[in-house]
Amino acid sequence: MNDTATPLLGVRGLTLDIPMSSGVLHAVRGIDFDLHRGETLCIVGESGSGKSLTSLAIMGLLDKNIRRSAERMEFDGIDLLSASRRQMRSLRGDRIAMIFQEPMTSLNPAYTIGDQLMEALRLHRNVSREKARARAVELLEKVGITAAASRLGQYPHQLSGGLRQRVVIAMALMCEPELIIADEPTTALDVTIQAQILSLLVELTREMGVAMILITHDLGVVARVADKVGVMYAGELVETGPAADVFGKPLHPYTRGLLRCIPQPGKTQRGAELGTIPGIVPSLIGDVQGCAFRTRCPHAIDACRDAIPERGTPPHEFLCVHPDGARAAEGEPA
Amino acid sequence: MLQFILKRLGLAVLVALTVSFISFSLLFLSGDPAAALAGETASGEDIEALRRVYGFDRPMLVQYGEWLWQALQGNFGESYYFKLPVASLIADRLSVTMTLGVCGITFALLTAVPLGVAAAIKPNSLIDRVALFLSVAGQAMPSFWFGLILIVLFGIQLGWLPPSGASTWRHFIMPTIVLGYYAMPAIMRLTRAGMLEVLNSDYIRTARAKGAGEGRVLFKHALRNAIIPVVSLAAVQMGFMLGGSIVVESVFALHGAGYLAWESIARNDLPTVQALILIFSMFYIIFTFLADVLNAWLDPRMRSS
Repeated sequence: MNDTATPLLGVRGLTLDIPMSSGVLHAVRGIDFDLHRGETLCIVGESGSGKSLTSLAIMGLLDKNIRRSAERMEFDGIDLLSASRRQMRSLRGDRIAMIFQEPMTSLNPAYTIGDQLMEALRLHRNVSREKARARAVELLEKVGITAAASRLGQYPHQLSGGLRQRVVIAMALMCEPELIIADEPTTALDVTIQAQILSLLVELTREMGVAMILITHDLGVVARVADKVGVMYAGELVETGPAADVFGKPLHPYTRGLLRCIPQPGKTQRGAELGTIPGIVPSLIGDVQGCAFRTRCPHAIDACRDAIPERGTPPHEFLCVHPDGARAAEGEPA
Repeated sequence: MLQFILKRLGLAVLVALTVSFISFSLLFLSGDPAAALAGETASGEDIEALRRVYGFDRPMLVQYGEWLWQALQGNFGESYYFKLPVASLIADRLSVTMTLGVCGITFALLTAVPLGVAAAIKPNSLIDRVALFLSVAGQAMPSFWFGLILIVLFGIQLGWLPPSGASTWRHFIMPTIVLGYYAMPAIMRLTRAGMLEVLNSDYIRTARAKGAGEGRVLFKHALRNAIIPVVSLAAVQMGFMLGGSIVVESVFALHGAGYLAWESIARNDLPTVQALILIFSMFYIIFTFLADVLNAWLDPRMRSS
């Protein structure tokens, strides 16, 4: 997980705790990752594994009751942990943009999409309305919206979900950010539109050289677009590495379990049953010790209750007591 | 937008006609107006004579048509009691009531909306609790009692404000507070609930993610959406204040339209009562119409429906 060049975003030991009436919920438990300019990092994992909270923590948009701590969290040399609210505000929307899951509700119903697009630019750049308008039209065209100029006067409720998500993407790109965090940007859309929107997003970020953190639980998507993958389970990144390595040689038993849940060309036999991971995600309230996956892992041993060593060779690393992540036990080549 | 306004306007006119007809006929249902006018000791012939003089012997629809036609020209007939044209009688009183109503709703909005917003920003904080206390107290306290307390305290003990009458603006301060405080709790709670809901919505998170400052998030993005139900409520309360501030007008001896209505009902002064009911319902209809237009301007989704 250590790269030689200074990363655009470097996170070490990010921990998020939520005080609840029944104890402290350890939602994110010490995660590390680096993201370089222009790279796409996909974070995958089940619902509730802490993916969305991680992205909100980077944006500084966590609810007030969530406690955030980390050894280090830097964006292009700016310490996000000690940044003032004003500094965070000037980063948000300008250098770091975010795309949310729900296009139906993530645009303000009371303002035209033109107003909302132009606002994104004018909050950070001292430009005239005409210039902002021109930029809005340019980006709407870029995200594939026809008759862009006439769309500016429309309200969100007059657009379909797919169109709205295109608007949201255009809005995120208004200030030419260096990093886009996309939190399941296609989950709420029709399956037929999902692929379109995703390729659009990937195409644009590549073209504009924007780094992206893409949060998803769709492994098919990850395989196509990721440079790097982080597999998240119960608040930890249990495996990280270049996409080709993680997919080609998944080391953590959970990653392999996830991959068996989706059909893979050339590997999955026609008519064969797809895998499932038995059991449920453990509660993260109170002290969590050892490997959180041990209750669902076929290779769990007594040592899984203790501290789990970090294994593998950078950049492909994982957390497991078994030196090979129990690959041999599953009959996979080491 | 223009289409929406015209549609609503047409609807308002229809409602106004219906209301005028119902209010006109209700008074006939409450008893024989000729008998009531003649008094208890009158003979049957006297009543018949009165019936003819006042035209009560004609079919009701004809009477309604004539009354409406005259009313549209501003002629509401002559008061049985004051022996004066009802129109001028009401015009006099209405200025007092309207001043009071406008001041009352303004006072209510200016206190309730900021308090509601502040309470929603920090739920369960000190300011939220103070606002809750104020609204429970306002809801629970009868207006006449609160008015009397103010009169005793500021009018008599401290002597800061005139305790009754309507001759200067200072006479309106205490009635405004009493009337406004009556409307404040509902507006405050609705603002708070609306803001709480809107502040949790996705588009507020989007606004923050864009880098919008807290003030912009609260007032440009949140309040505009949260205030929509408040507008409708305020319109109804405004209509109520213009028609129903009888208690406050009595306590402070402000001789307004509400007080006149109460007097006229007691005196069986039919033309005055009919005219007042019509005017009060017109207020409701006008304010509801204005609220609809304002809401359509605030929320584009309403324009299409």
